[in-house]
Amino acid sequence: MPTLKPSSQRRRPFFVSRISMGRERETQQQQQTSYTVEELVAVNPYNPDILPDLENYVHEQVSSQTYSLDANLCLLRLYQFEPERMSIQIVARILVKALMAMPAPDFSLCLFLIPERVQMEEQFKTLIVLSHYLETARFREFWDEAAKNRSIVEVVPGFEQAIQAYAIHVLSLTYQKVPRPVLAEAINIEGLSLDKFLEHQVAKCGWVLEKGHVRGQVIVLPRNEFNQPELKKNTADSIPLEHITRIFSILN
Amino acid sequence: MATSADYDDRSQEIGYDPNFVPDSVKTFVVHLYRHIREKNVYEIHQMYEGSFQKLSDRMFKESPWPSVDAVSPYVDNDHVFCLLYREMWFRHLYARMSPTLQQRIDSYDNYCSLFQVVLHGVVNMQLPNQWLWDMVDEFVYQFQSFCQYRAKMKNKTEEEIALLRQFPQAWNVYGVLNYLQALVEKSSIIQILEQEKEGLEQFTANDGYDYNGGSNVLKVLGYYSMVGLLRVHCLLGDYHTGLKCLVPIDISQSGVFTIVIGSHITTIYHYGFANLMLRRYAEAIREFNKVKLIEENVNNQLREKYGEKMARMQRYDDEAFALYDELFSYACPKFITPSPPNFEEPLVNYNQDAYRLQLKLFLYEVKQQQLLSGIRSFLKLYSTISIAKLATYMEVDEPTLRTILMTYKHKTHVVDIDGKIISNADVDFYVNEDTVHVVETKSAKNYGDYFMRQILKLEEMIGNLDRIRLE
Repeated sequence: MPTLKPSSQRRRPFFVSRISMGRERETQQQQQTSYTVEELVAVNPYNPDILPDLENYVHEQVSSQTYSLDANLCLLRLYQFEPERMSIQIVARILVKALMAMPAPDFSLCLFLIPERVQMEEQFKTLIVLSHYLETARFREFWDEAAKNRSIVEVVPGFEQAIQAYAIHVLSLTYQKVPRPVLAEAINIEGLSLDKFLEHQVAKCGWVLEKGHVRGQVIVLPRNEFNQPELKKNTADSIPLEHITRIFSILN
Repeated sequence: MATSADYDDRSQEIGYDPNFVPDSVKTFVVHLYRHIREKNVYEIHQMYEGSFQKLSDRMFKESPWPSVDAVSPYVDNDHVFCLLYREMWFRHLYARMSPTLQQRIDSYDNYCSLFQVVLHGVVNMQLPNQWLWDMVDEFVYQFQSFCQYRAKMKNKTEEEIALLRQFPQAWNVYGVLNYLQALVEKSSIIQILEQEKEGLEQFTANDGYDYNGGSNVLKVLGYYSMVGLLRVHCLLGDYHTGLKCLVPIDISQSGVFTIVIGSHITTIYHYGFANLMLRRYAEAIREFNKVKLIEENVNNQLREKYGEKMARMQRYDDEAFALYDELFSYACPKFITPSPPNFEEPLVNYNQDAYRLQLKLFLYEVKQQQLLSGIRSFLKLYSTISIAKLATYMEVDEPTLRTILMTYKHKTHVVDIDGKIISNADVDFYVNEDTVHVVETKSAKNYGDYFMRQILKLEEMIGNLDRIRLE
């Protein structure tokens, strides 16, 4: 099975010193403690005071290659409530991180909260095009476009690897055996680098290399319930107990 | 607290005297007050649902009820009762007339005072679920209504603009969300629902009422506030957060949210809509169907009314696209922009902005999936087919066909709330090098459920027949 969420974006706690919570309850009880940003969001989902913490946390996620959708959505929500406080640069970082979270729909979730006039900015238009290519599995176009816009995407470490992980995810849903050129195009690795990459996948992820039927090399991807749909359990026509309870009175 | 004398200068019907209390209203408030003090939920419900509507229809069709100041002498000037009366007073006004800005602001004030009283735990009432649901529902509705009203800046009078600037706290989005959130937290409803699973609490089992002499008001308001939060987040386009707010309620079971029909529909509608926007179509359809199947006929009516449109939507031309646009606009929530206008800049209407954005993003998604129904109908015809042949049928080149196949897989395999991949595909396949192998998962017809419903119907019919024979 491919990693479904890019492993480079593991969650990591991030400690901040106490900030004003704007609520009496906390001030009394937890004066001394510090919170992770995720805890802050959980306790104060609608508190404008945590906006600077959330902005710092976006930078933290970028540099430490971690990810928190909830914290980022909370920040976009605060921007939505007070548009004059919005930082375009931070929104751009959030969107790149959301692209890296594919196949999850995080990019759309973020766009739903960003006003249309902001989405008209050049760099957002580019990110929307990139997302469109990924959503429609047009990897060739994606890598071409990404190459033209290094300034936007390369400031976020782990970008390339995250997209490659997504490409492998989609290939693993689709193919039992994938022709080498199709794989090469999707992950944007060719020649010797691809050989090296394959060597690693064979050793670590159970990939198998075969000679193709018609031409060249094919890669046998590990079986999963999606590239081998027969594996899926057959849902029989069963009635849940709670539905049966409806006719209990009649059965008496 | 503003008195109703502030707003009888315009918009109200001539002849309406806010200080005149007809005898029937006197009787109404005296009885309602007594039943509330005696915690007689049954009678309160009768008066709230029955008498209030009847009196409204008979005497206050187009004018407000008497002012709270005029009725308060009949109810010992009871502070909490007056807040409840005013809540109904405004609700009636919103339903039958159009509120002025001052009235909108006053209504918000009244909700704040009412919720403050509830949050600080000084109420000892037992109120019908229907009424408590209506409070949360109306609170969110008036918030939505205010945002839409405020966003139409072009025709505002100077007086209105001055008022808007003077009261930035009225229906402020932070205030609204924090009240709902505070009701959820202060009521400990999430812990109560958790403990009920372990048999340590009785909440759902008692339909939310408290039979040990306590009050149900905070608990049930907290419970319905979770639904309120889901709705507000949907109005803001924040579907992920909205669904998170609803997690403590198990919507696969009946619960306090299913007791009141309005709450049931609001919950399932917003739950389904949020899942639709998150591309979790199977989940959305499942919950919509449950509500729909309550009435067998609804399904048939839908097929009759929308059958042709649904067939056309399967295609992928401009006409189909226009239909998605039309039906989304018809069925979507009334999206809002939560921020106030910038009063320094020229005033423009922005009441359509939020809706246009959600529509645009939904149509992006439709566009991305446009080719999928085409490929699906070809796949259904074959057990195996070569990439080359399928590409010819689809009138695209091979590399493009491969991207369409991968798009089909990506769009039909969604990430669920726990991060797991779930397949929504009824026609599925895999590719071996250059050959597509098709696997059709036969959707098992739910005969079981069908028979269950027919058994219930038959039983009901027999019951009716028995009664006729007796008479």
